[in-house]
Amino acid sequence: MREIGIDELDDIARGAGILGTGGGGDPYIGKLLAREAIRAHGPVTLVGIDEVPADATVVPVSGMGAPTVLLEKLPAGTEELTALRALEAVLGRRATHIVPIEVGGVNSMIPIAAAARAGLPVVDGDAMGRAFPEAQMVLPTLAGIPNTPMALADDKGNTLVVDAVSNRWAERIARAACTEMGCQVSCADTVLRGDQLRDGLVPATLTLAGELGRAVREARLAHADPVAAALKLLGGVHLLTGKVVDVERRTTGGFARGRATLEGPGGPLELSFQNEHLLAVRDGSVVATTPDLICVLDTDTGEPVTTESMRYGLRVSVVAAPCDPRWTTPAGLDLAGPRYFGYDCDHVPLTP
Amino acid sequence: MRIGIDVGGTNTDAALIGDTGNVLATVKSPTTADVTSGVAAAITSLGEPRASAVMIGTTHFVNALVEASRLERVAAVRLGLPATAALPPMVDWPARLREVVGGRSYLCHGGHEYDGTPISDLDPEELKRVAADIAGRGLRSVAISSVFSPVSAEFERRAAEILAAELGPDVHISLSSEIGRIGLLARENATIVNAALRPLAVTTVGAFEEALRVAGIDAPLFLSQNDGTLMDVGHARRYPVATFASGPTNSMRGAAYLSGLTECAVVDVGGTTSDVGILVGGFPREASGEAETAGVRTNFRIPDVLSLGIGGGSVISPDGTAGPRSVGYRLTSEALVFGGSTLTATDLAVAAGYAEIGDPSLVSHLDPKDALARIAERIATTVDRMRTSAAPLPVVAVGGGSILIPDELPGFDDVRRPGHFAVANAIGAAIAQVGGEVDRVFSGPRRKVLDEARAEAVARAEKAGARGGSVRIVDVEEIPLAYLPGDALRVRVKAVGDLDLEKINA
Repeated sequence: MREIGIDELDDIARGAGILGTGGGGDPYIGKLLAREAIRAHGPVTLVGIDEVPADATVVPVSGMGAPTVLLEKLPAGTEELTALRALEAVLGRRATHIVPIEVGGVNSMIPIAAAARAGLPVVDGDAMGRAFPEAQMVLPTLAGIPNTPMALADDKGNTLVVDAVSNRWAERIARAACTEMGCQVSCADTVLRGDQLRDGLVPATLTLAGELGRAVREARLAHADPVAAALKLLGGVHLLTGKVVDVERRTTGGFARGRATLEGPGGPLELSFQNEHLLAVRDGSVVATTPDLICVLDTDTGEPVTTESMRYGLRVSVVAAPCDPRWTTPAGLDLAGPRYFGYDCDHVPLTP
Repeated sequence: MRIGIDVGGTNTDAALIGDTGNVLATVKSPTTADVTSGVAAAITSLGEPRASAVMIGTTHFVNALVEASRLERVAAVRLGLPATAALPPMVDWPARLREVVGGRSYLCHGGHEYDGTPISDLDPEELKRVAADIAGRGLRSVAISSVFSPVSAEFERRAAEILAAELGPDVHISLSSEIGRIGLLARENATIVNAALRPLAVTTVGAFEEALRVAGIDAPLFLSQNDGTLMDVGHARRYPVATFASGPTNSMRGAAYLSGLTECAVVDVGGTTSDVGILVGGFPREASGEAETAGVRTNFRIPDVLSLGIGGGSVISPDGTAGPRSVGYRLTSEALVFGGSTLTATDLAVAAGYAEIGDPSLVSHLDPKDALARIAERIATTVDRMRTSAAPLPVVAVGGGSILIPDELPGFDDVRRPGHFAVANAIGAAIAQVGGEVDRVFSGPRRKVLDEARAEAVARAEKAGARGGSVRIVDVEEIPLAYLPGDALRVRVKAVGDLDLEKINA
C-alpha cells in the first residue's frame, strides 16, 4: 500500500501514454483532473491486488468518448461519482475499490480522480494492460465476467444503466448513448469481486506506468537514452529507430485508418494504426501485431507519440512489448487480434 | 505604395513597397523605449509621405506577457455549467502570472455540445449577478469563453451584450470565439491574456498612430496577425493577442514574396538563433498542437517553427561547434572581422568568401570548411525535420545572419537568398493580406461538409476586408475524430484575399 499524490501524476501519465500504444488521448486534461481532485480531497491510496479482500467490490471507472471532445467540453467533475452511485443502486452494494479499465492515456488518470473524490483506494492493475478502443476488450470478458450492469453518466447529470446480452452488445449500446449524451461520458462497469482480480486484471500496471515515466524522465535528465530505459522496463523488442517518411490517413468502413512508413537502420518499417498502433510490417512480413504493444516514442525525449500526432519528419523509436499472455490465447485473439481490426494476418509472437 | 514595419526588441525594420510590388526603400534602425519616436524615425527615413497604407508587426504584446508587466486584472466568465466545473479558468497557469492577471473567475450556465445543441440555456439573471460582482471588484476587462464556441458563438455574444449593458462602455470584453480554436482551456487562456492586454493595446496602437502623424503619413494603419494576415486598428485594440507570433510569420511571408516561391522551407537566421518554418500556399504551416507562452498553454494560430541556436553572432568553440552562446548585438565590436577577439559564425562566413563584412584580411588565416559544414548539416537536419513529404523542397534563407548558409545544404540542392533578405520581416508585413478561418466539428457527407466550411471561410475573409473575388482557400485540414462512430470530422479551412482599401475606408 502506498499513496499517489500530485507529484506522482506526471510520471504515471507519461508511462500510461507509452502503454497506451498511441491511443487513449493526450493525458493532459486527465492529469489536471487528477491533480485538482487530489488537491481538494487528498492523496489516493494504491493497493496491490493481493491486498484486496476476497469479498471486495472493485469497480473500474473510466471515460468513454472522443478525446477531442474532452479537450473542449471539460468534465463537471461529478460524472464519475454519478456513474458509480447509479451502478451501486443497481448492485445493491457499495464499491470498496476503484480500478482503471485501461492503463493507456486519459483513462489512467480518471480512476485516480474518481478515487480521490469517492475517498476509495485504487487497485494497482487494469483490465487490459494497455489501451483498446472497445468496452468488451477486457480480460474479464475472457474470464466470463459480464461488463454489465454498466452505468454511464454525463456532465448534465443524465445517467443510463445498460443491461446487455453480451459484453459486445454493451459496447454497442453504450457507444451510441455516449454519442447522444455529448460524446464524453463516465462509465462504471465490469464489477469485479476481490477474488476475481487475478482473472480480471493485469497486476501492478499503475506501478509499471509510474516506473516507465520515471525511467524516461531520469534518462533524459542524465542525457542517457530514454528509449533504452523504457525498453528495459517493458521487456520488449526494439523494432526501429528512424524517421517517419510517409503518413496516410483515410476513413473506410466507419474506421479512421492510418499507415505510416518509417525509415531507419534495418530497413523500412510500416505501421498500421486506427486509434492505437496495431500492426508493424517489415519487408512484407509481419513483425508485431495487436494485442502485443506497439509503442512509438520520440527518440530524443522518450515521450509517447499518439496516432493523431504521427507526421512526416518525426524522429521516433518503435518498440514492441509482449501483452499479457491471456491476450494471445485463441479467445483473446478473437477479441483483440489483428483480424478483429480488419487486417488479413495472424498474430505473430515477438522475436527478439 | 505600402510601408511595412517590424518593431522588434532590438531593431525596427521598415520597407517601402511600390504599387507594382517592387521594393523601393528599406531601413534598419534601433527600437526606442517610447515606441513612437523609433517608428516615426524609420518611416521618415524611407522618405515617402504618400504611402497608401502602413502595416506594423510588433512583439510588444508578447513581451508584456513574458515580463508580466503592464497587464490588467481580468474577470474570466465561462459559460458551460454544469460541465467544465472540474477545471475552472486559469487552473493550469503559473502561480505568479495568475496572481498578476487573475481578478476573479465565474462559472455560468450555457455552452454547446460538439454538434451545436446547448449544454444548458444561458441565464441572464445569473449574468447580471456576475456583472454586479465584477463592478463591485472594480474589474475593467472581461474574458468570456463558452464550450464549443468555435461551433456556435451565440452564447458568447449574448453574454457579452448582457454584461456590456450592465457594466457600461468603459469595460472591455474579449470573446474566445474571436481568438482560438477547439480546446477550451487553451482558447480561454488566450482570451484571458487578451483581456489583460487590452489597456496596453489601446496605448500602443495610439503610439503607432501618433508615429504616423509625426512622420506626416495620412494612411490607414494595420497590424500583422500571427497567421500573416492583417487586422485594422479597431480590431487590434480589441484583440492584441492576435499579434503574438507575427514576427516569424512576417519573415516567412517576406521570404515567400522575395523569392517568388509559395511552397518552400524558410530559414530565418538572426544574431543568436535560426527559425525554420515551412510555407504552404505562401503561408506558414501552422502548429497543430498547443503552444506555451510564458508558461500559459494557448492555441493561437501560430506558425510551426523550430528554432536552433545558430546565428550570425554565434560563438565558435575550440572544437568548432557554433552556439548556442552568441555575441548578439556586440557583433560589430567583438567579431574578428571587426577587430575583436571572439571567433563568430560571421567570421567563418567571411573567411569562406560567402560575404564581405568588416575586414576579410583579419580572418584570412582561418580554415572555415569543417565548422561551416557542421552548421550547414545542423540547419539541413532541422529543415528536413520540418518537411512534410519526401518531395524536393527549395530553401529560402533570410535575415541578417543568413550569409552563413551556403548555396547548397545536405539534401537540399536549391537554396536561395533573395535580395533585401535582411528586412524580409518588414516586407512580410507590407505585403500582408486579409483572411478568414473556420475550425469546427462537422457531421454529414464529406463533400457537403467541406463545401460548407470553404464558403464560410471565404465569407469571413470578405467580412474582414478582403476584396470580393480575390479570396482563395489556402489551407484545408480534416481530421476524423478518434473513438467516435459515424462521420464526425474536425475541419479547419483558411481563406485569404487582397486587402480592399476602399472597403476599409468606406
